Amino acid sequence: MTTQSTTTTASTPRLVPYDDAVRRYDPVLGIEVHVELGTRTKMFCAAEVSFGADPNTQTTPVSLGLPGALPVVNGTAVEYAIRIGLALNCQIAESCRFARKNYFYPDVPKNFQTSQYDEPIAFDGWLDVELEDGTVHRVEIERAHMEEDAGKNTHVGGSAGRIHGAEYSLVDYNRAGIPLVEIVTRPIEGAGERAPEVARAYVQALRDIFRVLDVSEARMERGNVRADVNLSLRPTPESPLGTRTETKNVNSFRSVERAVRYEVSRQAAILDAGQTVIQETRHFHEEDGSTSPGRVKSDAEDYRYFPEPDLVPVAPSREWVEEIRATLPELPQARRRRLHDEWGFADAEMRDVVNAGALDLIESTVAAGATAAAARKWWMGELARRAKQDEVELAELAITPGQIGELQQLVDAGRINDKIARQVLDGVLAGEGDPEQVVVARGLEIVSDDGPLLAAIDEALAAQPDIVAKVRAGNQGPVGAIIGAVMKTTRGQADAKRVRELVLERIGG
Amino acid sequence: MSTISRDEVARVAALARIDLREDEVDRLAGELDVIVDSIARVNEVATPDVPATSHPLPMTNVFREDVPVPALPVADVLAAAPDAQDGRFAVPQILGEE
Repeated sequence: MTTQSTTTTASTPRLVPYDDAVRRYDPVLGIEVHVELGTRTKMFCAAEVSFGADPNTQTTPVSLGLPGALPVVNGTAVEYAIRIGLALNCQIAESCRFARKNYFYPDVPKNFQTSQYDEPIAFDGWLDVELEDGTVHRVEIERAHMEEDAGKNTHVGGSAGRIHGAEYSLVDYNRAGIPLVEIVTRPIEGAGERAPEVARAYVQALRDIFRVLDVSEARMERGNVRADVNLSLRPTPESPLGTRTETKNVNSFRSVERAVRYEVSRQAAILDAGQTVIQETRHFHEEDGSTSPGRVKSDAEDYRYFPEPDLVPVAPSREWVEEIRATLPELPQARRRRLHDEWGFADAEMRDVVNAGALDLIESTVAAGATAAAARKWWMGELARRAKQDEVELAELAITPGQIGELQQLVDAGRINDKIARQVLDGVLAGEGDPEQVVVARGLEIVSDDGPLLAAIDEALAAQPDIVAKVRAGNQGPVGAIIGAVMKTTRGQADAKRVRELVLERIGG
Repeated sequence: MSTISRDEVARVAALARIDLREDEVDRLAGELDVIVDSIARVNEVATPDVPATSHPLPMTNVFREDVPVPALPVADVLAAAPDAQDGRFAVPQILGEE
């Protein structure tokens, strides 16, 4: 795929086209998601956490691993971890411990990461994940545990900041010690050819949950949420699990989907060739969507875990857990279902709204006084068209749900019609103010005084006597031609319904 | 009746990045044997209803409020660094990766 010379491509058989691969193999996923909690301070010390601070300006002796430093658990981080566990339908441990995961790497200043090993704070949960076409896939959660983030390495020299070939590395410990929750699924089976979509939808659903729980900003582009994607293939769903690979740090929804597709194609080729998949960690490459082998360390799995002697157990009382459960907000899927019912949209309409990212916009527009149908009409119609034209997200358009609500009220009050409303949109989007201001400034209000209308009608009637004759003879069909002429004279600012009434009245009289 | 082999001592030492001389490996194999035997004796006494202890004090839920304290000044932080550049710790080439 690339021209760079690597030793691995030579021995790797060509990729099997995805559709072919999933016809002959059953993919099984496993996903580990790390989320950085949005606490003000770190997990085990009171160093402040904020994005974009100068290097090494947010450290304490604890996050630097200085001799004698003693950790103390951030109570808010524990509460956030419980919130996440409950939102994922997990059991919350009555008592759990921290453990030391020992390894040597410059971004871990203590030479161990404080994590949880055999006693996670949350376990045995599930999450129903909805795909774009409305299919629901249940993902079982094995555990969610608390740990701390590592520092950030910047590799100097070598190619494009990669470790490989770097002369030396620079380390910033601002991130070291930021609270993390790691969520681990059980093997995700039964997704079949839709495994990439399920993987993506799962990570996306988690991101949405983190946000609504207010436990993290959950910004993918800042690395607040990071996914490790495990994948294996087996000949049939009845076969034992195959050997898996773990693609580390896949950090966008699209990348999650691509990484799964790539590994399916790659592993299928290996199995087709009668070879065996090597259990290993792999790196994902954004540029071409491929993966390549990560570090191979013979002792990599030997982290010599042992209980952290500097911390006492965390034993959340059942009262505290229930208190937290009682304050959980409505979760994204429940909210979608509720709004679907309230708005009465067809299933396909609702899916389009969700996929277009218009849920919040429509909800706010309804709150601003529009009916759900009207709000949907604007956001999914005219505004979606304009967003597409400008290649921006709906929410990025220079118009607010409140302004759309106001616009619709102007239509409902008969002060403008739908056609004029489009001109009002132009004005609002051009920064001319709120709909009311645009209507006044541009003089767009519907002519409601019958005087000028009657003059225009009389003019149109005089110009088309043959039509008048037909209508008088009982054939109302051609009356549209008169109405059209009147609308043209009034530049569309007349109320077409009123024009029709007046025209018929005039002809009849 | 040595249960800890020299190889195991050497392997654990390597994992912990401890450079041992040959005679130290011999001595530690013997000492670790004594420790493992002692723990085996505790295991004989401890029945399943005795929970594992990781901390001698009967305490739980020692939490800190989520309130920031001033960070260490960068100059102090980097004073402990053998080498630094652009406010960061400079570390030797990380080998054996990728």
